[in-house]
Amino acid sequence: MTSAREQRQPLAKAALGKQGRTAAKRFAAFVAACIGICAGIGVVRAQTAGQSEAAAAATTAVPTAVALPTNVAPQAKTGLNIVVLDPAHGGTDSGARGAQGIRESDLVLDLTLQVRRALEAQGFQVIQTRSGNENPSFDDRSGMANAQYGAVFVTLHISSSGLPGTARVYVMPEMASRVNAGGVLSWDTAQAPYISLSRKFGDAVQGLLAQRFKGSPNNAQTASVRQLRTTAAPAIAVELASVSVEDRSQLDKMMPGVADAIARGVAAFRPSYVLPAGAGAQP
Amino acid sequence: MNGRWKTWLLVGLGSATVIAAIYFPYLRKRVKTTAKIEQPTEEQARRELTAPTAVNASDPVVKVRMFWASGEDETSLAPVTIDLALSPEPVLRAKQVLNTLLAGPVDSDLRTLPPDAALLAFYLLPDGTGVADFSEALATSTPSGIQSEQLAVDSIARTLEANLPQVRRLKILIHGQEMETLAGHLDLTQMFVVNTKVPQPGPLMMGAAAKPAASSAPATRPLNRGVGTSPKTPQR
Repeated sequence: MTSAREQRQPLAKAALGKQGRTAAKRFAAFVAACIGICAGIGVVRAQTAGQSEAAAAATTAVPTAVALPTNVAPQAKTGLNIVVLDPAHGGTDSGARGAQGIRESDLVLDLTLQVRRALEAQGFQVIQTRSGNENPSFDDRSGMANAQYGAVFVTLHISSSGLPGTARVYVMPEMASRVNAGGVLSWDTAQAPYISLSRKFGDAVQGLLAQRFKGSPNNAQTASVRQLRTTAAPAIAVELASVSVEDRSQLDKMMPGVADAIARGVAAFRPSYVLPAGAGAQP
Repeated sequence: MNGRWKTWLLVGLGSATVIAAIYFPYLRKRVKTTAKIEQPTEEQARRELTAPTAVNASDPVVKVRMFWASGEDETSLAPVTIDLALSPEPVLRAKQVLNTLLAGPVDSDLRTLPPDAALLAFYLLPDGTGVADFSEALATSTPSGIQSEQLAVDSIARTLEANLPQVRRLKILIHGQEMETLAGHLDLTQMFVVNTKVPQPGPLMMGAAAKPAASSAPATRPLNRGVGTSPKTPQR
């Protein structure tokens, strides 16, 4: 006499065999999928290797040289296509602070959005160094511009003092260019070959700002702005005055005019944009 | 003889013990009194260090040009001529001039440097590099912004240029340290050209001999970090 348990055994074995085959099939499918994904990643990585290397070089924690991108189509090298917008400060660094609780880091983010819209309407591609309340380092911000071809860099600020309702553009003063062994532009003086272009660009924007905001100078000013020094592109700093206003709306009212002036300034500068000889390791 | 010697020795030792017992409480009291003398606090030490350079009675009174903010346009500098007893010795003279600049003009609205900032030290290297070491208040109390920071550095550089022809370029330190920026914007890793009339040595020519900027404002120009500066013995 067989027990009920013994009678159920063959059935259980059959069921187990069926389950095992199903599991094996699933495992094989999983392995095949993994191989497929890995192969896909390999292809994509191979295609974007140049870009990744350039970006990595540009955003290294302690960069020493500017390695310009090498995988750009020839037509892209000749013109200005990209504008890197840098809303200054962010994170724990609020920048200038007004008596009414106005924070530079918040205001410049709003200003950046308006400038971005104005530039995109002109057909430019826009890259922002920050989109939220983070605070990339000076070098990381510069690195975003240095990884591009055909780019200009605009860092946006609100001052603590100065005549309210005015706007000033700053460019780096003359500085000696240093080229490392191998012909690579030194990171510390990356702006040096671009200074004359930056001045042209700055004058174009400042002229338009002066038309809109009375009391603003007619030409760009020179100042040793840290953010500009390591940027290997025509680069300007735009500073609005100031957080000392009684009401934030005074600064909000300036923003559309500033955005329009920057966008028109970039468009006016576009024909002058020719990369200087010796600006880093040209491909 | 031998016994007497021992007696005298015992008497001597006994006397010494008695004298020591009497003197010990007095000595202890003196140690306690000395310990009670207050050590100078950090703030006292800072004040002593940053006390204005004493004016020597024999120093000649000369016309000094100080650069504070212009009354008409607070975004630019204006020279103010004042009479000041200045030492002929360059480092002392630089300290006297910078302390006067820090003290500010009669109209405090025209200050370019924060009132709580102090000059901690000034060095003059043989190659004409002036190193001005300021207290942390210069960085923490200067209003954040390109314009205000530029005005502060320009006022220092132009005041030195007007009164110390020996100073060719300027390096600003904060509490003995090189800072990346003054208050978030202006680059302090660079040196600033002070005296544009004096030829810059060797490698500095590239930066210093560059054409003047087309822009309207006269600005203090930076030189590249470390270029042409030799770590020679500074005068202090």
